Amino acid sequence: MTTFVELLLGGLSIGSVYALIALGFVVIFKATEVVNFAHASLLLAGGYVTAVLHDDLGFWPALLVGIAGAAAVGAAIEFFVMRRYRGSDHSVLAIVTIGVDILLITELTRRMGTDVLALGDPWGNEVVNIGGITLAQTRIAAFLAAGLLITVFLLAFRYTSWGVSMRAAAENPQTAALMGIKLGRVSLAAWAVAGALAAVAALFLTVFPTPGLERATSLAALKAFPAAILGGLDSTTGALAGGLIVGVTESLATGYQSDLSFLGRGIGDLAPYLVMVAVLLIRPAGLFGTKELARV
Amino acid sequence: MSDTTAEAPAGAPAATGSASGGPESLTDRLRSPRTYAVLVGSLLLLVLPFYLDRFWLQSGLFAMAAAIGAIGLNMLTGATGQLSMGHAFFLAVGAYGYCVLAGESSTENGHTLTGLGLPTWLAAILAVLLAGAAGGVFSPIAGRLRGAYLGIATLALIFIGQHVLFNAGSLTGGYNGRPVPPLSVFGFTFDDSELVVAAVPFGSSEKLWYAGLLALLLSALFARGVLRGRPGRAMNAIRDHRIAAGVMGVPVARYRAGVFVLSSMYAGLAGVLLALVFQRTVPEYFGMILSLEYLAMIVIGGLGSVAGAVIGAAFVSLLPQVFTHYSDSLPLVSAPGTGGLAPGEASRYLYGAAVVAVVLFLPGGLARLGLTRTKKPKTPRNPAVPRQSAAPNPSAAPKNPAAPKNPATPNNPGEKS
Repeated sequence: MTTFVELLLGGLSIGSVYALIALGFVVIFKATEVVNFAHASLLLAGGYVTAVLHDDLGFWPALLVGIAGAAAVGAAIEFFVMRRYRGSDHSVLAIVTIGVDILLITELTRRMGTDVLALGDPWGNEVVNIGGITLAQTRIAAFLAAGLLITVFLLAFRYTSWGVSMRAAAENPQTAALMGIKLGRVSLAAWAVAGALAAVAALFLTVFPTPGLERATSLAALKAFPAAILGGLDSTTGALAGGLIVGVTESLATGYQSDLSFLGRGIGDLAPYLVMVAVLLIRPAGLFGTKELARV
Repeated sequence: MSDTTAEAPAGAPAATGSASGGPESLTDRLRSPRTYAVLVGSLLLLVLPFYLDRFWLQSGLFAMAAAIGAIGLNMLTGATGQLSMGHAFFLAVGAYGYCVLAGESSTENGHTLTGLGLPTWLAAILAVLLAGAAGGVFSPIAGRLRGAYLGIATLALIFIGQHVLFNAGSLTGGYNGRPVPPLSVFGFTFDDSELVVAAVPFGSSEKLWYAGLLALLLSALFARGVLRGRPGRAMNAIRDHRIAAGVMGVPVARYRAGVFVLSSMYAGLAGVLLALVFQRTVPEYFGMILSLEYLAMIVIGGLGSVAGAVIGAAFVSLLPQVFTHYSDSLPLVSAPGTGGLAPGEASRYLYGAAVVAVVLFLPGGLARLGLTRTKKPKTPRNPAVPRQSAAPNPSAAPKNPAAPKNPATPNNPGEKS
C-alpha cells in the first residue's frame, strides 16, 4: 500500500510537470491553431541555458535567465518563422515546427554531447518522510511549483485583459481582429508563455530521481504530447487532466514493472502512449476536447 | 482567407495538372527538353553500377529505398493532408517482417532467433502485406483523426515499435538486431557471389541496384496512377476541404484509413529494400529521427507529388553521405569526434533549415522549382479553373457516367492491391 501511495504521489508530481508542458502546447494551439512539434526543443533550450549559467550566476538567477531564454526562443520562432508563412494550412505549419525542431535539437544535442548537465537546484537528493511515505523533496517542489504556475496562468487567462484577448483570438480570429485585438501580439505572447512554462518544466524533469539534463530529456518532454492529445488539444483543463493521467500511468507502470515483466523492459516509457491510443479509440477529440462541429 | 486557401495546396495539383500527358501530343513530347532529361537520366541510372564503387551504390540504394517510403508518406501527408510521425514503425515492420519470414531459425550470440524460412521473394511480398496489415490495425485511429492530431497519435507507433524491437528478442534479435538473408528470385540470388558483367564484378550492391530501380519505378508509377486518378482527386479533396469532400460522396474515414494502409505498405517495401542493403537490421535506426527525415523529404521535395518525394528523398538521404565522403575537403564539416561538425549533424542542419525555407519561400518544394522554369510559357494554356482543389471531382464525373453515387467503390480494389 505504501508503495502504491508513493508511486501515486510521485506520478501526480511528475504529471503536474507534464501538465505544465502540455499547457504551453495547448496555449499555442489555441492561439494560433498550430501544433508545435518543436516544444521539446524549447524545453531543452530553457534547461540548457539554466545548466550552463548556474555556476556563474547561482541557481535562481540562472533559472530566471533560462525561463527568459526559452521564452525568447519561442517568441523568435513565432516572429521569424510562423509569421512569415502566408498560406493557411495549419498542418503545413506543423511540419515547419518539425523543421525548427530538427534545427534546435541538433544544435543543443551537439553542444551537450554525451554530458549529463546538472541544473544546480537547491533540493539535491533529500527526501521527506511523512507517516511512512517517502517522497523526494524535488517531487514536492515540482508539484507545488507546477500547481502555482498553472493556477496563476489560468487566473490570468480568465481575468486579465491579456487572457481575454487570448481567448477571443482563439474563439474567432477575424472578429477578435476587428475588435482591435492584435493577433500577432497574441500569438507572440502564446509562444513566449509556452517557452517559459517549458523551461520551468525542464528544471523539474532533470532534478533528483533523473540524472540531469541530457539528450534523452527531450524524449521525456515528448510525453507531454500524449498528455495534450488525450486531454483534448484545445482544452486547458484537458492539458491538466492529461498531464496527471500520463504522469500517474507512467509512475505506476514503472513502479510495478516487475509484475508487468511479460510486457518487456521499459514499459513505463510506453504506457503514456498506450493510454493515449486507448483514449483516442473511444474519444477521437480527447477527453475534454470540443467535438468538432462544422456548418457548411 | 479564401484566396490563401486556394494558394497553399496549389503545389500538388499544379504538379500533377501541368505534367499530365493528356493534352500533350507525341511531337510535343519529343520537343520538350523534359523528355530528353528523363531519357538521359534513366540511361545514366542504368549504367551507374558499372562505374561507381560500393559506397556510392549503397548510398544510391538508400536513396531509392527512401524514395519508395517517401512516395508512400507523400500520398498520406502531401496528398491527403494526414500527418504521420509513425512512418519509421512501418519501415521496421517491413524490414523485420522480411527477416523473420525469410530467415532460418538459428542461434546467434546466445540468442535464439525464430525464422520461418520461407522463400525470400515470398517473404518480401508478405512483409509488405504485413506492413499494410499493421497500418490496417491502426486504421480505426488513422481514419478518424486528421492532420496534426494524427501526427501525435502516430508518435505512439514509434515508441511501441522501439519497445517491441528491443524486447521481442526471439523475433528481432533485440539490441543487436538480426542478419538479413539475401533476396533470391527464380534462382538468382542478390548476394556477393561473384558475377562478372562486362568486366565489372557484380556484388550485392550492383545486383540490388537494378532490383531497387525496378521497385522504385513500379511504386512511382503506381502512386502516380493513384494520385492522378479518382482516388487522388478524392484524397486532395479530403485535404482541402474535408466536409465538401464528404458531401460530394467521398467516404472520408474510409479513404483516410485506406491511404494510411497504402502508405504503410510503401513503407514496408522501403523497409525490405533497406534491410537488403544494410544486410543487418538494428532497432535504433527505426527511431523518431527516421520519421522526421521522411517528413523532411516530402516537404523539401514537394508535398503531394511523386517527383517531389523522389527528389526530397535523394536530397535528404544523399546529403549525409556526401558530407561523410568529402568531410576532409568541405569547410566546417569534419569526421565525427574531431571537434567540428559531424557529417550527420551538418546534414541535419541543412535539411532542417531546408524544411523551413521551402515552406516559407518555395511552396511546392524543389519539384516545382524545375517545373515552373521549364513550363512557364505553357501555363497560360492551362486554364486555372480545373486546378481549383474541389473542381476536379465534378469534372471527372462525366468521364465515368456509369459509376455514380459512390465514387469510391471502384477505387477500393486499387487501394488494397
